Amino acid sequence: MSRDIKGWSREEMARKVAEDIPGGSYVNLGIGMPELVANHIPEGREVIFHTENGLLGVGPSPVTGAEDDELINAGKKPVTAIKGASYFHHADSFAMVRGGHIDICVLGAFQVSEKGDLANWSTGTPGAIPAVGGAMDLVEGVKTIFVMTNHTTRGGESKIVPECTYPLTGKGVVSRIYTNMAVIDITENGLMVRETAPGADREYLESITDAPLTFPSK
Amino acid sequence: MIDKIANSASEAISAVFDGATVMISGFGEAGSPVELIHALIDHGARDLTVVSNNTGNGHVGLAALIENRQVKKMICSFPRTADSVVFPELYCRGEIELELVPQGTLAERIRAGGAGIPAFYTPTSVNTPLAEGKELREFGGRSYILEYGLKADFALVKCRAADRYGNLLYNKTARNFGPVMCMAAECAIVQAEEIVGAGSIDPEAVVTPGIFVSRVVHIADPASENRLLKEGRRYP
Repeated sequence: MSRDIKGWSREEMARKVAEDIPGGSYVNLGIGMPELVANHIPEGREVIFHTENGLLGVGPSPVTGAEDDELINAGKKPVTAIKGASYFHHADSFAMVRGGHIDICVLGAFQVSEKGDLANWSTGTPGAIPAVGGAMDLVEGVKTIFVMTNHTTRGGESKIVPECTYPLTGKGVVSRIYTNMAVIDITENGLMVRETAPGADREYLESITDAPLTFPSK
Repeated sequence: MIDKIANSASEAISAVFDGATVMISGFGEAGSPVELIHALIDHGARDLTVVSNNTGNGHVGLAALIENRQVKKMICSFPRTADSVVFPELYCRGEIELELVPQGTLAERIRAGGAGIPAFYTPTSVNTPLAEGKELREFGGRSYILEYGLKADFALVKCRAADRYGNLLYNKTARNFGPVMCMAAECAIVQAEEIVGAGSIDPEAVVTPGIFVSRVVHIADPASENRLLKEGRRYP
């Protein structure tokens, strides 16, 4: 099975996610790979980025030398604020999240189940220091949750599973998964493949995915 | 005349007692009241329960307070960050307690504590290990868990500008937990980069009204935790 298929690059994955974000959306991007999505919003489409540490209207990264220690994103990296941005305290920020005011959130994952359960905060390793941040608030509060992740772990294990074995972040919360190999919708009838990366055919995808996949009939 | 301005950071934090619960503002380094924390290290109050989003970086600020063994318990959402070395070591040795709270629940627990709300229901963490042992209730067909408001004896908060009434303005994303922590603490102690005359903050623009603030100290040029970190500094 171990054909050498590279799939999409991180930037290509980010572009796929960005293309699926409608103009006018309020969007929260998780730490890591999801942060790339901001660079790929199509020209002429206006999307407002929220960061849970208190800024609506996150702009591009500052140029070197213009970083401000007090203007950062949830990943604690320096950012800028767009014209028309607003600052607010943490309880208001999570009122936006929990209150259903944020349209889309893009998060990373350790595991996603075929029912849309997400595990992305702890691998449950004994002795590891648990850290949850805002992930549990985001998955319960934001209307649509996209997951952006490599299809498999570095060890080659499927991140898409029948049931998560890691501690859950939320149950039945994920709508769509963007991996380096495919874009997959989570539906009432299970995992529906929308698009596949070059070279990643049905046989290959099934060989690297632990949960059953449904393909569109052509 | 009401005047909440203290002469120094050490005077401002002098009332902190052993066993107190202390909220400390900041998200990572943004909004961390480094000078107030260092004054608390000099002061030496012990057995503190500290409520803060993270556990500090390197060997300065909150990390230094923990390293000085003044903290018995941390209540926070994200105790391990790239530069956090002190807390992980003590935690792995079983020498400090941790109550892990989702970030939005932490913010709301603090807000509720300050607003006289003893407890509330939230959907956050339902069906996860963090909901274990918590009361579950359905509203409109959806499950929620009961979370309790959080209050503190003291809050240590950093802001950009303050007047003698304790009206506060913050700076960008350094605002984060500051306003709700001022509300939830019996005694909110604030370090301000600038002290302005009463009346010079537009009442429409005041972020924290002075009623929530007990003491203000002027720290004109606050240390950048990032810079202290890069220089490998330690406190004391």
